[in-house]
Amino acid sequence: MSKLNGIKLHHNKNTRDCETADFPLPRSVVIPMSQHMGAPCKCIVKKGDTVAVGQKIGDTDAFMSAPVHSSVSGTVTDIEQFLLANGAVCEAAVIETDGLQTVCPDITVPEITDKQSLIAAVRESGLTGLGGAGFPTHIKLNFDAVKTPIDTLVINAAECEPYITSDYRELMESSSDIIEGILLVQKYCGIPLCKVCIEDNKPDAIKLMQQKTADIKSIDIVTLPSSYPQGAEKVIIFSATNRIVAEGELPANQGVMVMNVSTVASIYRYTQNGMPLVERRITIDGNAVTKNAGNYFVPIGTRVSELLAYCGAEGAKKVLYGGPMMGICLYDTDQPVVKNNNAILAFKEGKLPETTACIRCGRCVRTCPLNLMPVLIESAYNAEDIEDLKRLKVTLCMNCGCCSYACPAHRPLAEINQLAKAMIPRK
Amino acid sequence: MKGLFVSPSPHRSSNASTARIMLMVIISLVPAAAAGCVFFGPRAALVLAMCIACCIIFEALCRIVMKREQTVGDLSAVVTGLLLGMNLPATVPFYIPVIGSFVAIVVIKQLFGGIGQNFANPAIAARIVLMLSFTGQMSGWVKPYWYTSVVDAETSATPLAASWLNYTENGAAYKMAPFTLSEMFFGETGGCIGETCAAALIVGGLFLIFTKIISPATPLAFIGSFALLTLLYTGSAVETVYGVLAGGLLIGAFFMATDYATTPLTMWGKIIFGIGCGLITFIIRSFGSYPEGVSFSILLMNLLTPYIDRLTKTLPLGAKKPVKGGNA
Repeated sequence: MSKLNGIKLHHNKNTRDCETADFPLPRSVVIPMSQHMGAPCKCIVKKGDTVAVGQKIGDTDAFMSAPVHSSVSGTVTDIEQFLLANGAVCEAAVIETDGLQTVCPDITVPEITDKQSLIAAVRESGLTGLGGAGFPTHIKLNFDAVKTPIDTLVINAAECEPYITSDYRELMESSSDIIEGILLVQKYCGIPLCKVCIEDNKPDAIKLMQQKTADIKSIDIVTLPSSYPQGAEKVIIFSATNRIVAEGELPANQGVMVMNVSTVASIYRYTQNGMPLVERRITIDGNAVTKNAGNYFVPIGTRVSELLAYCGAEGAKKVLYGGPMMGICLYDTDQPVVKNNNAILAFKEGKLPETTACIRCGRCVRTCPLNLMPVLIESAYNAEDIEDLKRLKVTLCMNCGCCSYACPAHRPLAEINQLAKAMIPRK
Repeated sequence: MKGLFVSPSPHRSSNASTARIMLMVIISLVPAAAAGCVFFGPRAALVLAMCIACCIIFEALCRIVMKREQTVGDLSAVVTGLLLGMNLPATVPFYIPVIGSFVAIVVIKQLFGGIGQNFANPAIAARIVLMLSFTGQMSGWVKPYWYTSVVDAETSATPLAASWLNYTENGAAYKMAPFTLSEMFFGETGGCIGETCAAALIVGGLFLIFTKIISPATPLAFIGSFALLTLLYTGSAVETVYGVLAGGLLIGAFFMATDYATTPLTMWGKIIFGIGCGLITFIIRSFGSYPEGVSFSILLMNLLTPYIDRLTKTLPLGAKKPVKGGNA
């Protein structure tokens, strides 16, 4: 076996040549205290406080978390309970901007001398995985070098979701930051080899990175076939290193760390200027966007409605955080841009085709990168057969959506997999 | 902005649909059906048309009577009708297509829940019911182009029923096939409307394989295992090729043993299914009292499909222990 299953999608990388521009400063921002995987932060500013760019406004003692910083200078007008697009409720600071973008005086360039100081600095930067999952980066770096030594750093620049080009622009515009970031992580975490994985639909980026790393022995540029979901963690690990992360294991168990390309560049940038993660590059596109589709540096907390107004997408019927395969629908465009958004996509049409009866064609089985059998999982789910669901290993499903996409009967198989997972009682 | 449409990911779907798949199967069957109409005349076309019409009507009526959503638009009834018609001789009385369609659609398909739920291939099951119940009517084999003859229709044995001519020449015993391999390949033999033209069936089968509607695993395993067993048993390459081209083997292997609902899901399952079909066909043809065994082989393997599915589950990537047992 040399290649996992997957599907071919239309890439729709319409914004690939759109150089990243600064998005106009919004009048106000709403910054949720939960923008990462793990425990939400506690708001450490209160209504009426004046804040500056880069000032920490949320933190927690919880292990699995990352602090939150203000992306603007201005006044905190409200601390509200906010319903996130994923259904969770958390605190959010509403900040009215003063337009001055005064930088917080506390900001200092961190001094990095060893692994622990790198981890501490990365924690303070508020950095989380920028590819989508929002896993706190400092926790990823804090692996146990004795129990689970890591020999390969896989940099995920696959960008297999249609439309999104923010990682591509990172490669084209900030290749030096990426390389410096990689060398930094390699040096302090003691990882001898790095593989930068780019899909073959980005030949310019592959060429550029190959030129820039020609003299660096520890960095390989790996060209992967464009196949969805090439950028999924388990898939990219297999494609890059031929290693299989088994059930219940972390990539570290296989000696691999996977990091998104924009994340690793952000680590380097933080070590240079000490500015925490307060803005990020996102792609704005989709067929409801009538003007200004492209890539922008957007302050965290900018309401999506401002982005849509700027891009003439007020008539959108469906607005997504992220790509069309795994993106989350916004229920309301007052939702803000958060750390792990790589794109805001606006579409004119919302509904998918009607569901019809399963014809057992087996396309869901043939497209599943993890070799699951969604057709059987659906029957087991309908029969509430928990033992069978366990045998079918539904818990491995990463919700990439290949099965739903390929299904000629348009059955919501990926959704059923998630419901089936929830049916299995946790020990 | 409110009033947005919210749904779980993915927000894209492929343009595949059941109706599109069925349409591809229909297109792939057209060459063989057309060849049948050329060889066996207007009556063959009428039988095909009747089968398709009856299947559509029974499907629509069933859905109405059962108060279920109408599924006639998915074209699966057309495929069943076409396959059933292609498995009938052109000379059948006109009540045969009606009874066959009733058995296929009402008894086999809809009573078990409609598309995707039937345990046996509807066209196969209907053909077997007709063969056992109306053996005489189902054996009215005629020669190709019989309809152009001014005299009464000339009957003709099918390639499998016709006997080989034994003769000796210079002291060595030879057997001569009742039809040449060229006649067999292009279908100028007696037989069911759609089963005689091997060339057209292979073209249709390859079309389905290249458009990824079917996997090549089942036809290869079916034809391959049958050919290997026949070659070992008879020791004659001519007899092997003759056997592959004769009767319902090709239409069965390409179009009926690849039916989604009644055959296994995984590649290994499909290979086991194909080998099972090849084995049973060989046994019936070589040792049984019927000249033809393709229908029975597919029906028997249909019954085993849930068990094959159970034995050939895929092993998920990184799964800690092999997945065994459970309900398929």
